[in-house]
Amino acid sequence: MRPTNHRWRKFKNVLMQVITCVCALLVIAPLGLIFYHLLKSGLGSVNWAFFTELPKPVGESGGGMANAIVGTFELLALAACLGVPVGVLGGIYLAEYGSLHLNWWIRFGADVLNGVPSIIWGMVVWVLIVVPMKGFSAWAGGIVLGMMMIPLVMRTTEEVLLLVPNGYREAALALGIAQWRAVLQIVVRTALKGIVTGVLLALARVAGETAPLLFTAFGNQFWNRNLSDPIAAVPLQIFKYAVSPYEDWHRQAWAGALVLLLLIAVVNVSVRVLTRDRFAQRS
Amino acid sequence: MTTANETVAPPGPPRPAAPKEKASMTPGTNVPALTARNLSIYFGSNHVLKAVSLDVPARAVTAIIGPSGCGKSTFLRALNRMHELVPTARMEGEIRLFGEDIYSQQVEPVVVRRRVGMVFQKSNPFPTMSIAENVTVGLRLNGMRNRATLTERLEESLVMAALWDEVKDRLDAPAISLSGGQQQRLCIARALAVRPEVLLMDEPASALDPLATAKIEDLILELKKDYTIVIVTHNMQQAARISDYTAFFYLGELIEYGSTSRIFTNPTKKQTEDYVTGRFG
Repeated sequence: MRPTNHRWRKFKNVLMQVITCVCALLVIAPLGLIFYHLLKSGLGSVNWAFFTELPKPVGESGGGMANAIVGTFELLALAACLGVPVGVLGGIYLAEYGSLHLNWWIRFGADVLNGVPSIIWGMVVWVLIVVPMKGFSAWAGGIVLGMMMIPLVMRTTEEVLLLVPNGYREAALALGIAQWRAVLQIVVRTALKGIVTGVLLALARVAGETAPLLFTAFGNQFWNRNLSDPIAAVPLQIFKYAVSPYEDWHRQAWAGALVLLLLIAVVNVSVRVLTRDRFAQRS
Repeated sequence: MTTANETVAPPGPPRPAAPKEKASMTPGTNVPALTARNLSIYFGSNHVLKAVSLDVPARAVTAIIGPSGCGKSTFLRALNRMHELVPTARMEGEIRLFGEDIYSQQVEPVVVRRRVGMVFQKSNPFPTMSIAENVTVGLRLNGMRNRATLTERLEESLVMAALWDEVKDRLDAPAISLSGGQQQRLCIARALAVRPEVLLMDEPASALDPLATAKIEDLILELKKDYTIVIVTHNMQQAARISDYTAFFYLGELIEYGSTSRIFTNPTKKQTEDYVTGRFG
């Protein structure tokens, strides 16, 4: 027995623990920094008017982002109408049906799409929707965000469905239940929490997108009365204010960023609470 | 040499009243519940079951024994077309359920599985459902809406599975709150609720403690009065205790089949004797 050797090992063990712990903390450090800066610079401008009033012209102080906040929700609703059904059903196909070969190609395609820069999505939808419709519109904005959601939702849906043990599928089929019913009412139901989480993450991701909206939703200083007209969105408004030379608008941009972050957090938490497992308390 | 002729005219009462709509094809007492003829199954190029011919008598327990990898589970799964879930699976030969070819073109696997239920080695109640929902799920997802019938079948199935007294006060509790043995009896109740004619059991007690195993065995003996049961087991004492007929499989072939007492006391094949006396396997 050589005690020195043992002490050296213990030292290395502690050293590695400290290093990994520091790295783990570094992962969440940006979150803390973001929150700190947003609260410091933005909280002062978040007031009742911010949520209820339209933007004021340059020079006039006050005003708010009511149209942009509502616009973001409208765009997300449009995006969800496209991205959730296509993404979830596509994920079900990948996990429950499909052939090895075709699935490989679909997965590969989805992974490539997940890596496509968002500004390119905007350009594609600009060519496909904005040009033929002869104008920027809420439709185009919703479609680009929905298209960006599809590969995200599809891959997370597939992954959580593959986590459902095969025993449940077999048990369902052995009861003489048709496959589509077994998939929808037993497999998908078992994985529902994971699917909802995936949809939320995708919504949160596209809620903050700015680049694709520049070419599609365009932004609007006023209320949008028609989905075929341009529409305001919080990230667009932040972008516009942030690149302006006016102090007033900079403060509004900080406030907008804080509100956007809080909106995403609130949506996340509330849907999670609503879809909480019936039997969560017991199991 | 397969031994289908050994199994004719099983003792016991006539076969159970099948669900009403199937009354027209209910045959006489001597017709075996299941008949396999020259059944071969391949997974890809792997020949796992080789020309098996075997008659499963109605209202009796038939045990399938053999060492691991001998094709017992594959045979069992072929009886309700569950092996087809493996994409590379291919079968040759014929299986008849009360005389009716279950692999004919017109027969949907879903219909076969409604008539031939299955209980698995690992109990698998649906985790998102309550005890009651688990029992009635097979009915509900097959389109049954009538509440009175569902309630009636719920109690009937749980009573048959000897679980009613333990769960009647907490039918809405999550199924996964039950103990392992109770979960397995719940799975049996779930399979019984759709009123199958045959119940296949794939090592239903191998993951349970001795007490829970004893309960499942008592239950099987009770169910035999109304159902045809085919059980795969690794436990030879279990096969001897509960089965009327025993089939010994080895390397994908049916080596010997006959009444359980004869297989265990006076086997005709050397391999059977070696296996049941514990010399290999």
